[in-house]
Amino acid sequence: MSQFVINVLFVGASFAIYIGIAIWAKAGSTKDFYVAGGGIHPITNGMAIGADWMSAASFISMAGLIAAGGYANSTFLMGWTGGYVLLALLLAPYLRKFGKFTVPEFIGDRFYSRTARMVAVVCLIVASVTYVIGQMAGAGVAFSRFLEVDATTGLIIAAIVVFFYSVLGGMKGITYTQVAQYIVLIIAYTIPAVFISLELTGNPIPALGLFSDHTASGQPLLAKLNEVVVALGFNEYTAMVDNKLNMVLFTLSLMIGTAGLPHVIIRFFTVPKVADARWSAGWALVFIGLLYLTAPAVASMARLNLATTIYPDMAGQVENYEEAATNPIAYANRPEWIRTWEETGLITFEDKNNDGNIQMYNGSADFSERGWEGNELQVNNDILVLANPEIANLPSWVIGLIAAGGLAAALSTAAGLLLAISSAISHDLIKGAVNPNITEKGELLAARISMSVAIVVATYLGANPPGFAAQVVALAFGIAAASLFPVLMMGIFSKRVNNKGAIAGMLSGLIFTLVYIFVYKGWFFIPGTNNLADTAANWVLGISPLSIGAVGAIVNFAVAFAVSSATDEPPQEIQDLVESVRYPKGAGIATGH
Amino acid sequence: MADDKANAAAYWKANLRLITGCLIVWALVSYGCAILFRPLLAGIPVGGTDLGFWFAQQGSILTFIVLIFFYAWKMNRLDKQFGLGE
Repeated sequence: MSQFVINVLFVGASFAIYIGIAIWAKAGSTKDFYVAGGGIHPITNGMAIGADWMSAASFISMAGLIAAGGYANSTFLMGWTGGYVLLALLLAPYLRKFGKFTVPEFIGDRFYSRTARMVAVVCLIVASVTYVIGQMAGAGVAFSRFLEVDATTGLIIAAIVVFFYSVLGGMKGITYTQVAQYIVLIIAYTIPAVFISLELTGNPIPALGLFSDHTASGQPLLAKLNEVVVALGFNEYTAMVDNKLNMVLFTLSLMIGTAGLPHVIIRFFTVPKVADARWSAGWALVFIGLLYLTAPAVASMARLNLATTIYPDMAGQVENYEEAATNPIAYANRPEWIRTWEETGLITFEDKNNDGNIQMYNGSADFSERGWEGNELQVNNDILVLANPEIANLPSWVIGLIAAGGLAAALSTAAGLLLAISSAISHDLIKGAVNPNITEKGELLAARISMSVAIVVATYLGANPPGFAAQVVALAFGIAAASLFPVLMMGIFSKRVNNKGAIAGMLSGLIFTLVYIFVYKGWFFIPGTNNLADTAANWVLGISPLSIGAVGAIVNFAVAFAVSSATDEPPQEIQDLVESVRYPKGAGIATGH
Repeated sequence: MADDKANAAAYWKANLRLITGCLIVWALVSYGCAILFRPLLAGIPVGGTDLGFWFAQQGSILTFIVLIFFYAWKMNRLDKQFGLGE
């Protein structure tokens, strides 16, 4: 059976399951559509949150980024998990107690202001749409690679599938399909990792294999990897990072952004009790942790496998790494997986010194004494996880499984984001402001229409990405971190922050963050419109535009407190509302005086 | 009524203390051990590298999981103790 047929079988079977579940769980009432009737068990909900959270960025990109950056890119691991601690301790139980459908609704009620609610809707839509574009593009690329169709066709297939289960099913459909997707994606991620860990270290648990001895050389795996990459002109894989401020702020931005992203918060409305919201966050992190603890092992093992594929002399015990690094394989003898990925353009080879061999090394290092004239093999970081089983010569069904897993990750997140967008439009914008008398049926219809529109917009932008990928994700996190998280937190933990403070805080955090990003990345991401080159030398205090969301959040807090203390304190009924949100059984207390 | 208010205030204070404690641990393992204090922990070897690297790629995530369950468990006890559970 050809690889193509196997891929189609795996992807087809997994999709049949998702669509089947969506039809079976077709939503009836508005409450079902948004929050699945509030009857989801914490473990089930935790799994759905896991699938919702782990997008194409986690599944496909992250290990590749860690492989390329080593220790420095541990920020992604800590940032995208540490946010759950903030969620569980600072937001989830209280928002569940508050008991509304959407994030802007909480902000509007707590800050007794329709303007605050509308500002929150804007923040939510900007953050979610930017994020969903990346997911659609990722799903499109994965489809086109595995189904061997062109990128546009892949994207359209992705859009149709997303349409089916999010528009028809609503939250309930999504919750159960996302449980199925979590199972598919975690199996797809761990099986190749277990095989590779066994092959390299003899330890079946990748997270332990990472710190075990490399069987072929007898050295610790990471020590071996350090020697290999240094011989090729790179920094040590485990090297320290000099700019610690930026590393801290980047991690903080990702953490706060995680806690402020509405499609994740919305999940905590679906549990029956306040206590369950806390447990759900814990279970979510267990399920996310399974992938995140495996990812760094996948990263370092793939980096080692890639290097030793090109330089076979470095594979076993090596006397002299400098010497072993001078003997790469010939281009004519390259393995099959390089050939297949070359066709997608994500691996490219250029024989700069015309010797017929593949010199793959740090292109900015000077190896002219070896007769090298530049790095000849460009490998896109994003293919690492998808190509990993092929690099390690695993059977073809594992490759089919990875295809299904990558698509599950991209589509589940896209669907969750679309739900957050549609509920903000139908529930907050239309029912909350434009037409408060809309019927339940009308609201449901509006949610479905806005979801469909969002899919069309995201598909269009995913097909014609304006040349940005990592920036988009960073912007989505920056916006969520700088605008939504601080007001949500202040809304619960401070009775003093009022409507004016919240609006001023959100706007200043948002605008500050956007301006800092645009100055370096181009205004509205239009290439060439940036005021300063995006290099470390130009950054204020060495803070990269990717890390600025954390500073934006601090601005938001500071402005909100300053404005609130200069203006009237919130009315008594709002202070009572804050009081009631704080206690799982608080209603009696809030109305008791 | 005054008792209810005092009880609720005590519950909230206990909660805030718990949150503060948990967040100190949260910051210590990630920003502390994994980033800022990594040079100080460089002397402790873990499988071919040092303890700070392990915290950055494994230890912080494991601690986060334990922290959330610890908090959920403690809060359930507080809910019962103060009679404010559902």
